[in-house]
Amino acid sequence: MAYPHSHPRETRILSEHFGEIEATTLDGWIERGGYKAVEKALGSMSREQVIEVVKESGLRGRGGAGFPTGLKWSFMPKDDTLPHYLVCNADESEPGTFKDREIMRWTPHQLLEGCIIGSYAIGASHCYIYIRGEFVDVIPVVNQAVVDAYSRGYLGRDILGSGYSLELTVHLGAGAYIAGEETGMLNSLEGRRAEPRIKPPFPAAKGAFGMPTTVNNVESLAVVPHIVTNGGDWYRQWGTEKSSGTKLFSCCGHLQKPGTYEIAMDFNLKDLLYDLCGGPPEGREFKAVIPGGSSVPILAADELDAECSYEGLEAAGSMVGSGGLIAMDDSTNMVHAVRRMVEFYAHESCGQCTQCREGTYWAAKILRRIERGGGREEDIPLLLDISANMAGKTICVLSDSAAAPIVSSIQKFQDDYMALIAKGQHAAVGT
Amino acid sequence: MADASSTQKVTIDGHEVMVPPGTTILDAAERVGVVLPRYCYHPGLSAPALCRMCLVEVEGAPKLLPSCVQQVQDDMVVHTTSADARKARRAVIEFLLVNHPLDCPICDAAGQCELQDYAFETGQLHTRVTDPKMVLGRDNVTPEIVYFGDRCILCTRCVRFMDEVAQEPVLQVVQRGHKGYIDTMTGDLFEHAFSMNIVDVCPVGALVNEDFLFKARAWDLDQAPSICPGCSQGCNISLGTKENQIRRAKPRPNMEVNSYWMCDEGRKTVVNWGSGDRLEVPMLKGDSLLPVDWQRALSALTEALRGEPGAARGVASAGASNEALYILRRLMEVAGFDGGYFAVPMAEEHVLAGFPKLALRSERVPNARGAELFGFERSDDPYAEVASHTGALFVLDDPLDGAPEGFGASAAIFVYLGTRLSPAARRADIVIPVTTFAEMEGTFTNFQGRVQRFAPALQPPGLARPLWMSGSATLERLGTGSAYRSAAETFAALAGDYEEFDGLTYESIGPGGSLIASARTQTARAG
Repeated sequence: MAYPHSHPRETRILSEHFGEIEATTLDGWIERGGYKAVEKALGSMSREQVIEVVKESGLRGRGGAGFPTGLKWSFMPKDDTLPHYLVCNADESEPGTFKDREIMRWTPHQLLEGCIIGSYAIGASHCYIYIRGEFVDVIPVVNQAVVDAYSRGYLGRDILGSGYSLELTVHLGAGAYIAGEETGMLNSLEGRRAEPRIKPPFPAAKGAFGMPTTVNNVESLAVVPHIVTNGGDWYRQWGTEKSSGTKLFSCCGHLQKPGTYEIAMDFNLKDLLYDLCGGPPEGREFKAVIPGGSSVPILAADELDAECSYEGLEAAGSMVGSGGLIAMDDSTNMVHAVRRMVEFYAHESCGQCTQCREGTYWAAKILRRIERGGGREEDIPLLLDISANMAGKTICVLSDSAAAPIVSSIQKFQDDYMALIAKGQHAAVGT
Repeated sequence: MADASSTQKVTIDGHEVMVPPGTTILDAAERVGVVLPRYCYHPGLSAPALCRMCLVEVEGAPKLLPSCVQQVQDDMVVHTTSADARKARRAVIEFLLVNHPLDCPICDAAGQCELQDYAFETGQLHTRVTDPKMVLGRDNVTPEIVYFGDRCILCTRCVRFMDEVAQEPVLQVVQRGHKGYIDTMTGDLFEHAFSMNIVDVCPVGALVNEDFLFKARAWDLDQAPSICPGCSQGCNISLGTKENQIRRAKPRPNMEVNSYWMCDEGRKTVVNWGSGDRLEVPMLKGDSLLPVDWQRALSALTEALRGEPGAARGVASAGASNEALYILRRLMEVAGFDGGYFAVPMAEEHVLAGFPKLALRSERVPNARGAELFGFERSDDPYAEVASHTGALFVLDDPLDGAPEGFGASAAIFVYLGTRLSPAARRADIVIPVTTFAEMEGTFTNFQGRVQRFAPALQPPGLARPLWMSGSATLERLGTGSAYRSAAETFAALAGDYEEFDGLTYESIGPGGSLIASARTQTARAG
């Protein structure tokens, strides 16, 4: 049986074996061509060659920022006097995002291959997979895969006789969204509060335990074996010049067929919504779509004809982000939706930076008041000003993420706000 | 640093300044007199750059940068008062006040609160916050320190003090985001010899000392620079006084002695110093001990010393100033110096782990080193050394608690120079009231051999006067010196007589103190 809602218009590289229970096992994975990439990289390629092929592929980080993966790897110091670490960010907690979960759940060895090759490329002696603690069903799958990989010599000392050794540890998060921010993750990994660090120093200079570290998203690493096997040009056949390859979009919300879809990065957002996801529920229309997780600006229904590339979605006024698509139909009140998001950010702010700690709390209070009929017209410019004061001033971008939906919802759905404010004022005078 | 290639030119608000590489914008700005507002930054602690109050505009940078951690680069142009920087600063204040109770009228920090200061400076006298504030309440973190959660701005200075300076990481931010507050790891009270520094580093009124709570408003306190008399460390302190009483002591920065810190014991010692029944008038023994005026007292002292009472022995307090000890020595020399002794109360030493130069020293007196320099000897039982002395007997500011029965009875003349009239002191023939360190100008010599000045903070009680004043007047009457008009003049005479103080003057000692000769050579050798 095929993976729920697979669609012929998908380009299934990462998700080719989603839904196949055998693919989760080591033997099943080897039957499907698994670990060939590891053999190739460790057996016949230098570290530099691996970095080079990933650079050639144009792969950009799939966690949200879209930073070129090969370039990131090349920032690691060339000498190995200090231990290097690779940290795989599997703390997938961006609202609306569940693509890494699918990779780990169905193809854990695909991720391990990426971890091994990535570690080799940056000269890491130890790789950590920091998994979101709430992924209770995924964690045993990954753990089993790690045990099997060790037993077959894909991990541990002198992997496949290549002379390269790698230890891998699966580390569980404890339920903080901000632990998904890469430096917050490093602090959490070290046993500290998951509070983002000031950059510089960047992790490549001073990361986990003060050592040179690269942090990569699950999806970024999982695609590396395919690039190593098939080459950079092969990966570039999909997508655009600036956004090569394919991307998993985990689609949820008001959709006929929600699920994780893998599309070439030049795919049209409208096609993704109407064709792959089956459009909005019967009798409804899309009102708003957040294409890349709750931290990116909201698109209105008339902005959906966009290319799902980094540059395409940016031109449309949003971002690829994590690829966590949230669709909202015309039954949605945007004030309610945004209030829910901002409350999430208020709950998840680590509280270090003033703007974020207090701004998220204050904005959530105002939104809730508007929702309950206590809104005032001056709340609109106030919310915009709070958002402006929150954005671009803090250690990490959580503050910006909280401001984004406020600003875009006011810009695009001010009617929802005004209706609630008007209704509240009528209620107040007893009409 | 003098090398031109190792300095970088940075322009701050139009002022050019050359600074060494690695200097932060905040430090560079201070060199041209631009003080950037800050909450989380404290010069004695690491900079987490989290309050975002010191954001500045740097030409070419896409965003405002935190000046407390951002290092300068050559030819950097910084604007601290650009429209963007000012708006960001206003916004931080506004955000900090979202959940702040604004209970300034009953807050201990009012008048010395950085939140209050910058709220006024940024001109925000009205709030845009109409929604209810969070209420956190208050709780003790140590038996003597209360934490007002609502006022806390989560700058984490207290957490970092315990982590980095005390090196006992007992405090932390509990919860996260707007629910965050400061508490111990366990939720229990903690105790540490230097815990009260967390009150000093708190930029607002979140951490307050129960001992000072509701005692005085900051603006009602007069401040005087002083030296803590609690032990031989000689922490530089500021005495806060009101209605001629010491209300609190706060550390004054001195990198050579106490950095920005002082111990809890010192604070408590200082607040109680010199309180209680004081000796306020000179007294002479006739049929009984009776108050007299200064003329008669000094005449009596002069006569007694002229009358060749026999060689002088004495007990001095190592809490007396260099000037007082010097004058005592000279008074005793008139009769012939036959030995002076002082006791040093000892207790457990507590070193501040993150700044080990500073400790609550086991020698719990401020001027043992000074007393030794003037020829006084430390003794486990100074009373025994002089109890049966038959010549002149001098006691300087020692309460004579525990002195043997009949102490001083055999002395030809018993002169008591003190701040308190204990039963044993009542047996003296001549009683001269002196002042405490807080009531006069003077110097102590700390354990390192650092001579440090303190300023008067209080009016002396009644007719009590510093010993340098009454003593030097007596010496003038005796024809062996001139009456000094100031502590500085006394010190100049002292420096002329004692090689260790050679070359030091009140002016040259300055606010940071100066080492005596032997300590200077020692430091030079170590260097």
